[in-house]
Amino acid sequence: MTTLLQQIANGIALGATIGLIALGYTMVYGIIQLINFAHGEVFMVGAFGGLATYRWLLPEGIRGDWYLSLPLMLLGGVVVAVTVALLMERFAYRPLRNAPRLAPLITALGVSIVLQEAIRLWFPDADAAQPFPKAFLDAQIKIGPISLRATQLLLIAVSIVLSVLLQTYVNRSKMGRAMRATAQDPDTARLMGINPNRVIVLTFAIGAALAGVAGVLYGIDITNVDNAIGFQNGIFAFTAAVLGGIGSLRGAVIGAFVIGLIKTLGGQYMPGGTQYDYVWIFVVLILVLVFRPQGLFGEAERVRA
Amino acid sequence: MSRLLTVNGLSVAYGAIEAVRDVSFVVEEGQIVSLIGANGAGKTTTLRTISGLLRPRAGEIRFDGQRIDSLPAHTILAKGIAQCPEGRRTFGRMTVEENLQLGAYTRSDDKVEADIRRVYELFPVLGERRQQKAGLFSGGEQQMLAIGRAMMSRPRLLMLDEPSMGLSPIMTQRIFDTIRELQAQGTTILLVEQNALAALALSDRGYVIDLGATTLEGPGPELLADTRVREAYLGEG
Repeated sequence: MTTLLQQIANGIALGATIGLIALGYTMVYGIIQLINFAHGEVFMVGAFGGLATYRWLLPEGIRGDWYLSLPLMLLGGVVVAVTVALLMERFAYRPLRNAPRLAPLITALGVSIVLQEAIRLWFPDADAAQPFPKAFLDAQIKIGPISLRATQLLLIAVSIVLSVLLQTYVNRSKMGRAMRATAQDPDTARLMGINPNRVIVLTFAIGAALAGVAGVLYGIDITNVDNAIGFQNGIFAFTAAVLGGIGSLRGAVIGAFVIGLIKTLGGQYMPGGTQYDYVWIFVVLILVLVFRPQGLFGEAERVRA
Repeated sequence: MSRLLTVNGLSVAYGAIEAVRDVSFVVEEGQIVSLIGANGAGKTTTLRTISGLLRPRAGEIRFDGQRIDSLPAHTILAKGIAQCPEGRRTFGRMTVEENLQLGAYTRSDDKVEADIRRVYELFPVLGERRQQKAGLFSGGEQQMLAIGRAMMSRPRLLMLDEPSMGLSPIMTQRIFDTIRELQAQGTTILLVEQNALAALALSDRGYVIDLGATTLEGPGPELLADTRVREAYLGEG
């Protein structure tokens, strides 16, 4: 029983990380119908941005004070992630805006590889685990029979707060309304005076900021990062977004928690153990694509009038 | 009266297919002008080009004396031209109120709320169900919403593309009454209609578009009496 509760807690913590990434996938898809396969790498460069901030920018004196170093590392991670995402949108995807949909998709895979290798210009050994600072948040917190790292709790809290904030922004603000209008009917949105490029840039920036936060928090939780974490977690997040219904914010977050739980519970209870936990995630992906391709909260494909 | 909109020698193509080859017309300030013609004649293409959603291959479009045919679509509205598109194109997953707020997207003055109330006065059914999703409304109600939404930018020129399409005769009459009312309030109207009879009866001036070119023009009632128009579009002869 304790094991089950513990694995559920671990699954929720993993889901929190995946959810922050999945929001970026689903938002970009909602606006320009692009599966941005390089979005996992935005998460990865975000993590390295946080690490770089710690190694090269933070003065020795404040490195141990988590309430100073953590916000600065998060800021560093977000700045790097957003910069990379905006460059990627401007130079890789925008020129292909009117190209057949396969072209930007393949470009995204290319951008993904470019980023994985480019990070080695600054971290030449990034293909192996790079130690991430953790000492400043090294506590275990016991809740009944289960115990969670303080960093896991932080991830869960931040993920929930940011998801709610994002949902509120998209539903209530003027720019959020413009984003939804552009997602529903881009031409009519332009007739309302909405500049599509502004909406697209904002969408990439928000998605990247969330991925940057996730990257830094993932780093301090797992305590090491390498240039493959983007691919691995990106695939989980993509699966979560598809499961939840791509284009749906709520779907992405709920899908992420489901994927997190499948991975930890599958690793614990299914044959093959943690060696096979990926298998169950992709089994779910295949089942969703076969039986409910629009996902849990997505809308079935419709032809516009 | 001053020329608000001038379209001269307009030609627009989708790839190799020329949808509009030679369209010219003038809209004077305060008038209702209609473009009539058969399905596929190029009327909608003409409106979409004025709105900047399509680029002309040749010809020019002037609004208030200024060329607008190379401006991006999202800047056209701020110039004072709003379009109520064919098929209504309301944002179905948003509420009535949100649709109207989107119509005022470019405005930052404090009269937006008052204008939303004015739309509700004009179309009470929208006010009663303002928090409902637009997709739940009937075709006629969505047409009201689309017109209300286009009015929200306080345009000098309102372009309406097939506002009576798919509507019952009673609803059509209401929409045409509204158009007349908008004109009385000072809005210039460019109307595209397959329902030539109703459109011309309402118009100060009409233009017939046939196979992508303007072929006939004249004051609305005069065109209505023209035997060529009656034979081609009113099923007589």
